[in-house]
This record gives sequence, C-alpha cells and structure tokens, in this order.
Amino acid sequence: MVSVATMRMSEQAAADTAAQAGAASGEARNPNSSDMAARNAGGVPVKASVENFSFYYGDFKALKSISMPVHEKRVTALIGPSGCGKSTLLRTFNRMHDLYPGNRYEGTIRLHPDNTNLLDPAVDPIEVRMRIGMVFQKPNPFPKSIYENVAYGLRIRGERNRSVIDDSVREALRGAALWSEVEHRLHDPATALSGGQQQRLCIARCLATQPEVLLFDEPTSALDPIATASIEELIHELRDKVTILIVTHNMQQAARVSDYTAYMYLGELMEFGETNQIFVNPRRKETEDYITGRFG
Amino acid sequence: MQETNSGGAVTVAPYGPLSVSDRLAKKALRNFKERVIELLLLGAACVSVLTTVGIIWVLVSESVNFFGTVSIWSFLTDTMWTPLFAEPRYGILPLLAGTLTTSVVALLVAIPLGTTIAIYLSEFARPTVREVVKPFLELLGGIPTIVYGYFALMVVIPLLQLIMPELSGFNMLGAGIVMGIAIIPYVSSLAEDAMRAVPMSMREGSYAMGATRLQTAFRVVFPAALSGILSAYILGISRAVGETMIVAVAAGMQPNFTVNPLEPAQTISAYIVQVALGDLPHGSIGYQSIFAAGLSLMLMTLALNLVGHVVRRRFREAY
Repeated sequence: MVSVATMRMSEQAAADTAAQAGAASGEARNPNSSDMAARNAGGVPVKASVENFSFYYGDFKALKSISMPVHEKRVTALIGPSGCGKSTLLRTFNRMHDLYPGNRYEGTIRLHPDNTNLLDPAVDPIEVRMRIGMVFQKPNPFPKSIYENVAYGLRIRGERNRSVIDDSVREALRGAALWSEVEHRLHDPATALSGGQQQRLCIARCLATQPEVLLFDEPTSALDPIATASIEELIHELRDKVTILIVTHNMQQAARVSDYTAYMYLGELMEFGETNQIFVNPRRKETEDYITGRFG
Repeated sequence: MQETNSGGAVTVAPYGPLSVSDRLAKKALRNFKERVIELLLLGAACVSVLTTVGIIWVLVSESVNFFGTVSIWSFLTDTMWTPLFAEPRYGILPLLAGTLTTSVVALLVAIPLGTTIAIYLSEFARPTVREVVKPFLELLGGIPTIVYGYFALMVVIPLLQLIMPELSGFNMLGAGIVMGIAIIPYVSSLAEDAMRAVPMSMREGSYAMGATRLQTAFRVVFPAALSGILSAYILGISRAVGETMIVAVAAGMQPNFTVNPLEPAQTISAYIVQVALGDLPHGSIGYQSIFAAGLSLMLMTLALNLVGHVVRRRFREAY
C-alpha cells in the first residue's frame, strides 16, 4: 500500500517536473522545437535544455527521465542528498561518463544556440569538453607551473603564439581573482599554492579557453570557510560571463550563489525553480523537508 | 563505596579480580614478549645490513692488498688491463669502457621500449590486454641471464651480421641489445606502477579540458609520475652496470679500451667471472684484482642509488 502510494507520488512528481520545465522554457518538451525552447517566459534565454534524460551505470538506472532548462549567464544549483544523482547529471554535461565503460545515456541535452545534442554518439566528447569546462571537488592542478596549468587548454588546442597565451593566462588569472597573488611567481609549481588558490587556479584553467558553460562539482567541499567565501564570490562574478551549473551539499551555498535550484532525490528531479521560490516557497513537501533539514 | 557511588552498581575491574601484584606480573610478561618480538624484527633487519657490511669489508680489505702492489693512480689511469701477461698491467679504464658501452646500448633499448610499454599498459590498454601482456613481461624478467647470453650469441649477433657482415662474432652491440631486452620488465613495471599511482582526478581534469588520451598521457600523467619513472630508469641503469652473464657470453672476453659497440670487449663483471672461474691462482695479485674491480663496480652502483634517491626527492609530486 505504502509503495503504491510512493509510486503514485513519484509519477505525480515527474508530471509536475515536466510541467514546470515546459512552463519555464515556454514550450512543451518536444525536441523538434528546441529553438523555441531556447526562449523563456521570464526573458532569460536558455543555454542548455535537458530533455527526458535518463542515465544508466550498467543496469542501474541512476537518473530517471530528467527534464530541466539551464539558463544562460545564470547560476543553477543542483541539490539533494548523497546518491541522488546530482553529480552524475553534472558530469553528463561534459560527457565525463564516456571515460568509463558500461555507462549509457538516454534522451537529450541540447546546447543552444546551435541545438547540438551533447549526448549524440556522433558528437565528439572532446568537442563537448572544449565548450564546457569543469571544476572538481578536490582541486586538481597539474604537476606543472601556475602558468602552464592555465595555458594547458590553449596548448592542447594547438595555440603556439606566445603573446596570445600570455594574454589569455593573465586574463584568466584575473578572472579567477588569483592574478595579484601569483603575478610574481607564475613559474612556481602549482602544487605550492594553498587549497583555495589551487581551486581558483583550476577555475582560471577553465576560463582561459572561454567555455560557454562552467560545471562546478562541490567546488568548496575540500576548502576552509575563508577559501569557500572567495570561491563563492568568484562564482557570483563569473555569472555575468558564463553559464554556471553547480552541485553542492551546502544548502546555504546554493541559496547564496544560485539563481535557479534543482532539487533531486533518488535519481529524479523533484522540483526546479528560481532559487528564491525553492527556498522560500517550495511547491513540494519533500523539497521543504530537505531544505529545512528535516530530511537528508 | 566510591565504586557504588559512581555507577550506582558495583563496577568490575577490567582485568577481573586480580590483586595489584598479579597485574604488574602480567604487564612485565607483556613487556618481555614485546621486547623479544622487537629483537627478532631487529635481527631480521640486521641481516641485510650485516651482509652489506661484510661485502664491503671483504672488498676493501682485499683491495688494500691489491693497492699495496698497484698504485691507485695507475689503476685509474692505465689504459691496459693485462693481468695474464708476463708483465701484467692493471688499468680499470678498458673494463670501465666496456661496462659503460654495453650499459648505454642496453639503456638505449630498455628506456624507450620500457617507457612505451608502461605508458601503453597504464593509459591505453584495455584490462583484458593488460592481463595478457603483464605475465609475459614478468616471464621476460624471470628468464636466466645465461639464456639471454646465448640468445645474443646465437640469434641476435648473427642477425646483426646480416646487416653488418664485418661484425665480429662477439661484440658489445649484440650483448647490449639483449641486455636491454632483459631490463625492459624492470623499467616498464616500475614506470607503470608510478603512472597508475597518479590519481584519476588528475586525468579527469585533463580530459575535462578537452584533452585527448595521448595528450593526457604525455602532458599530465607522465610528468606527474616522473619521480617514479626516473627511479625505474635508475634501477635499469644499476641492473645494466652489474649485469654479468649476458656480457660474459656475448661481448667477448678481451679487455678493450674502446667505446665502439661494434667491437668485442670485457666488462668489470665479466672479468670477475673469468678470474673466479680459475684463470689465476688464489692469493696472487691478479686474483686480488677482482676485488678492486668489484669495489669499483660497487661504488658505481652506490653512486647510482644515491642519484636515484636525490632524483626521487627532487621530482616527487604531492597529489
């Protein structure tokens, strides 16, 4: 009896979500009309639209028919308890799952304005990653100098012009609020930096290639409160330049940095909406329970 | 009274109803046992230290006798090594040249091949391929070097003679190439371990930037594992310098002051084998010369180990 009730509830959830996603993008979830989906009732263009997306680790269905928009030059937070699939969803955007065998995508994630389906097997994952940068949970600078870390993306793209690389490195480090701290030691090893500086270096590394979307996977979970504050401030500043998706365990962080929030639970998208609405006036009881800490 | 106060019930001592002296006796027994075990462990550790000290003692004491007759200066600068001649000369340089030449040839084979194999196994091979290739590599490392020696003599040198007909039947090139093949497993397995120890998060960081597998392997994983890879090379060099049977069989037995790998020559280790097999009477100055040669060899490997230690510290990456 209980399980039937739960099932009904989750069907209802899916329907709600679909309705919301449709409403938010001003269009039904019809892949043929994606360019229509790129517009939005509230006037904020959509950078990427997730449509009926499911994900399998082998036989395990980790994500169940997710549909949501990612608004351009806004911050979208993915929240939910451990194991809800928020990191799995994030890592889909740059096809990180392609690195490991046995993973399977279903549905589409369209990147606007060109409507490329990121999950199309014909689309080269390397091209996807050229457009979508990612910052990881633990800072992972390469065993190179600060300069070479930031120049990495340009070098693998075949850039050889020294002055172009110099300029991009400087701009990226400025963009990541790290320039003044490393200006005089660009050729020191990156591992000599503190944890917070390393994380900002990883952000600079992404910025150097001017990605359209930046993915943050719990970027501050390994950092102290002061470093966390500086990263949050940075995310806030970057919002004007790039579309941001951030996975976080920290509810206050989601409330502080994001414009939109998606609450996920057990591989399903429970609720998506403007962060204000989600935190102040959640539509669903489960979302409210999670946000207020009664659950999860 | 105090006990009942604290818990509301009578608490039982953790070791049962023992008197104080009994508990002390138990502690003394425990201390004794710990002490015995510690001593056993120390003894085990001492075996290696004492062996090393013993070897050094033998080498040094016999070499002192040798250097009583032959001056260190002529040992280090004379370009002739002719202990069997009527007027013997003991210049280490020809043996040193032979050792270094065969080692360089071996490393020119082992380092590129070993590194390539390690990169392939660590970064590109599917698990099934790795499971097939690795046992074969280990097998390569388990073949007795005397077998490699005859492989050089019977297979590799005749093949080389097809290309270079004037090549002598014994030469450093053939011996060095086969020695390199024998060293590959040491280099590749250590280098592979070093690369596999690089955390996945670093590779993901590179892939996330849009890098290919090749770019990730060469620009991120390889530099991250550099310290371990260099240790693998240094172990390879140590093995090449000390390798005996392959060069004794295939490089010829004449001390020859040359660095031309196409010529036959003798290495330090091969000379020691030759004398130990009984060409020179025990106690003679010629016999003692093998200890001086052995001491030189040991100093070379010691120096390599020190270099390896410094390199490991210098290039270690904290991840």
